[in-house]
Amino acid sequence: MLQAVGLACLRGERVVFADLSFTVASGEAVLLMGANGAGKSSLLRVLAGLIAPLEGQLLWDGTEALADRTAHARRLRYIGHGDALKPALSAAENLAFYARLWGGQVAPALAALGLSELADLPARVLSSGQKRRLALARLALAMPAPGSPPAAPLWLLDEPTVGLDAASVERLGALLAAHRAAGGMVLAATHLPLPLPSARELRL
Amino acid sequence: MTAWTALLARELRLALRHPADSLAAVMFFVLVAALFPFGVGPEPQALARLAPGALLAAALLAALLPLDRLFGADAEDGTLDQLLLSGLGPSAVAAAKALAHWLTTGLPLMLATPIACAMLNLPTEAWGVAVLVLGLAAGFLSLLGTAGAALTLGARRGGVLLPLLVLPLAIPAVIFGAAGIEAAAAGLAARPYVLLLAALLAAALPLAPLAAGAALRGE
Repeated sequence: MLQAVGLACLRGERVVFADLSFTVASGEAVLLMGANGAGKSSLLRVLAGLIAPLEGQLLWDGTEALADRTAHARRLRYIGHGDALKPALSAAENLAFYARLWGGQVAPALAALGLSELADLPARVLSSGQKRRLALARLALAMPAPGSPPAAPLWLLDEPTVGLDAASVERLGALLAAHRAAGGMVLAATHLPLPLPSARELRL
Repeated sequence: MTAWTALLARELRLALRHPADSLAAVMFFVLVAALFPFGVGPEPQALARLAPGALLAAALLAALLPLDRLFGADAEDGTLDQLLLSGLGPSAVAAAKALAHWLTTGLPLMLATPIACAMLNLPTEAWGVAVLVLGLAAGFLSLLGTAGAALTLGARRGGVLLPLLVLPLAIPAVIFGAAGIEAAAAGLAARPYVLLLAALLAAALPLAPLAAGAALRGE
């Protein structure tokens, strides 16, 4: 269970949010809502341990999550604005690097996002929607074997569906549903409709 | 450890796909060494006298060239976030970057050293020491430069700031390195100077990745 207590975040000279408290239990999904600049991306980066909160605590199963940020990193997957792809490497090579970091199989992950046919193309020739799908394929790497708990239970998604067609949004929906069914948690910031049934909304 | 070797392997693979960066550093090094005979004049004794210092200055400047993109490219496309969340500590990420920089810049510079030695009329008995010294000095600069690149990441004009930060710290390597090559050229023992240079490298080996890691965390 992820628990935020009185989180506040400073970007530049400005406090983007303060006194933010919420909990996310396993299997739950939370949609972060708010206007541009409301601090959705900053909140996701705080939850990932990429930036330190100004105030407040982040608890994982009751213990301080950010005390050991390397250990915290192992229990989450973060999809940021950038696709984190290297244009010179092929789609499969890009994903294979993350598979070596975290484990998981490349071919099924590519198939889960409908990218099997593009596996050998260099990432620089992919369209922006295809690049986004390749970034999202990192989530498919984290899918556990049926019946076992997810290796990385916490998924933090920043505008995951930007540039995606309807079929790809559906594929992402299937991934998210499987992750939640296995006991995983999803926090997503988005302005577009996301296939996250019964997600709670958190307004910033 | 597999994650660390995966990162190193990815860095090397990217460098192989874009060999222009390593090649540019080597060409820069050789060209700077080639400028000295034009400026100093072709008098062999004067050139040989200058050679040790010129070699080190040229090599360190050349090794600086690819440093401002060391973290910059990864920070822009979001890869750096993923690396910091890879389960490797930030210092381990920095150490892999430093080693990759040495393998893709320092090692090619070592291979090109005999060409520069010939152009600077360094006595042939000192060439072996020159190759060794340049390899060690480039390694020291890779480590300092990784810390500098992490510190200047995101700073405006970070590319200008980086040499200003790193080069003054590299002065000891220039002093011991040039003294070693000079000793070898004069037929004296270069060993003490090479060992001092190696000691500098050994001191930077744990400290620089720690500093770079702390800087990356602060981003």
